[in-house]
Amino acid sequence: MQKFTQLNGLVAPLDRANVDTDLIIPKQFLKSIKRTGFGPNLFDELRYLDEGYPGQDASQRPLNPDFVLNQPRYQGAEVLLARQNFGCGSSREHAPWALVDFGFRAVIAPSFADIFFNNAPKNGLLLIQLDEAVLDRLFAEVAASEGYRLLIDLPAQKVTTPSGEVLSFEMDPFRKHCLINGLDDIGITLQDAQAIKDYEVRQAQQTPWIFA
Amino acid sequence: MSQPRTLYDKLWDAHVVKQREDGTALLYIDRHLLHEVTSPQAFEGLRLAGRSPWRLGANLATPDHNVPTTQKERAQGVSGIEDETSRIQVQTLDENCDAFGITEFKINDVRQGIVHVVGPEQGATLPGMTLVCGDSHTATHGAFAALAHGVGTSEVEHVLATQCLIQRKMKNLLIQVDGRLQPGVTAKDIILAVIGEIGTAGGTGYAMEFAGSAIESLSMEGRMTICNMAIEAGARVGLVACDQTTLDYVKGRPFAPQGEQWAQAEAYWKNLHTDSGAVFDKVVTLDAAAIEPQVSWGTSPEMVAPISGQVPNPADAVDETQRKSWVRALEYMGLQPNQALTDIRLDRVFIGSCTNSRIEDLRAAAVVIKGRKVASSVKQALVVPGSGLVKQQAEAEGLDQVFVAAGFEWREPGCSMCLAMNADKLGAGEHCASTSNRNFEGRQGYGGRTHLVSPAMAAAAAIAGHFIDVRQF
Repeated sequence: MQKFTQLNGLVAPLDRANVDTDLIIPKQFLKSIKRTGFGPNLFDELRYLDEGYPGQDASQRPLNPDFVLNQPRYQGAEVLLARQNFGCGSSREHAPWALVDFGFRAVIAPSFADIFFNNAPKNGLLLIQLDEAVLDRLFAEVAASEGYRLLIDLPAQKVTTPSGEVLSFEMDPFRKHCLINGLDDIGITLQDAQAIKDYEVRQAQQTPWIFA
Repeated sequence: MSQPRTLYDKLWDAHVVKQREDGTALLYIDRHLLHEVTSPQAFEGLRLAGRSPWRLGANLATPDHNVPTTQKERAQGVSGIEDETSRIQVQTLDENCDAFGITEFKINDVRQGIVHVVGPEQGATLPGMTLVCGDSHTATHGAFAALAHGVGTSEVEHVLATQCLIQRKMKNLLIQVDGRLQPGVTAKDIILAVIGEIGTAGGTGYAMEFAGSAIESLSMEGRMTICNMAIEAGARVGLVACDQTTLDYVKGRPFAPQGEQWAQAEAYWKNLHTDSGAVFDKVVTLDAAAIEPQVSWGTSPEMVAPISGQVPNPADAVDETQRKSWVRALEYMGLQPNQALTDIRLDRVFIGSCTNSRIEDLRAAAVVIKGRKVASSVKQALVVPGSGLVKQQAEAEGLDQVFVAAGFEWREPGCSMCLAMNADKLGAGEHCASTSNRNFEGRQGYGGRTHLVSPAMAAAAAIAGHFIDVRQF
């Protein structure tokens, strides 16, 4: 997993509430048995004017010029500004895989759906929650200023705007630790292997049918 | 005396392996269900790290998302799946389960089906368990007073490798539904009404328990329908207390405890309810008698209205965000503000999915359909049973004949048109009365327009060719 410490990233705005994971990566691309290669199909139905299917050459497809990520000024964006309840619906981890594969390193929104919120940081994708009113302001600033970047400092839990405004954000200490160090949870959990075995021995008395 | 606890508190407490200093806990997972779409990368991860499953017997797998549902394509088993990428994914599940020794109900096993239908049907879902699956509709299993939720592929791998998850405890939300449902109003209408009331993010961060006399009088099938869609209200976890209805359903199923262990289990399970005096962080109450049959009109499950109602007018939205969402939804759905729901004409009808493909759902639809014909304007009406065993039961009751005589297609079990990963899908612009759970853009096919309804409402719509109040049908 890619480590996340600081990022000075170009920002792209997606001004739409309740963006679901079907929209982030449609189901026909879930047939892959790999973790990579989903970037060309991120937001497929919004990005292209035709129907997408696996194995297409994306460079030959007609782009939707109205879609924000197709606009020249947002090419190379690494930070996505989004609205409430981002990532709702299906648990597909293909959604954060697609965002990361496309090049996003962070998503900033007023709220995220629970399962997506769990999945994203396991893939090095930082999710930052800021107040709706702050987001309104950031959306306005991005629209007004081409090349708008945000400086994200995860260890300090701060976002700095081009005008020098500093916005603090909350962060789960465990997620922060894993993101900064690029750690995968399994290795951490297996340090407690003995505690898991002890639990199983205890529970096998209480609820033996679970272990039958 | 100990502090009164909610059902969620009890399930959580019983599964904490270790409370950690950062506020997270290591939570033990009793049962892990797997399917072909979200598991291949997890098995690959295990292999790359040289790990093996922690407790093999905890795992149960079945292919469901990709499997074709026509008899012709199913005849050859996995090798007969025409779509190459789908075939590879189903084959990969078979190979992974064989290699690691995980029990799998393969494509033409009579026990194969939608993972959330199969688990309960087999008694693999039991009260008091923690249960996860790489699918958001795992909330279904909460109907058994089990702590069940969807996980991503990283967590599928984590559970395979450690039998645990690193979790932070959620808050408690109570949905209290009292009173008697009107005839023709079902569990599906209750949950759609709940989502309409609290919104698609209303349950975010909560475990959502459903209680009250209306919930208690539901069958296990009805309770599963309700918990299934807790995720559509933002809650990963739906819950219903264990009672005699639960015990009667579980008893005698293949994976359920037997003999002395059954007695021990029953005693343990009888405590699986919220204690009187336990405090919820939030409570929402609904009057069951006031709930009408529901129809979704938009592209989020919260965009739902009673059948007597209309498509809303964006001018009436509460804020700019909602107004924009409504404008976009009406454009995508091809609907006009203030249009009566009964004026929406259907191109296709889908009865199936982990929400509504159990025997009770098929019976409810068959009652409406019996002796009638699908409207000639409806291009296709599909019934896709949730499992091979549901199909077998329905055929024993003659339901397949009722459907076929009316002009429905009677299919093999799978997720099918709920998410259209197989060949069953909507064409662009087509309206579908669907008993599934999500009406997102493109969910049932590129440009397809989904309306979520109960099986009885879908059946009535198939006959009429447009939405109609099943109570007057």
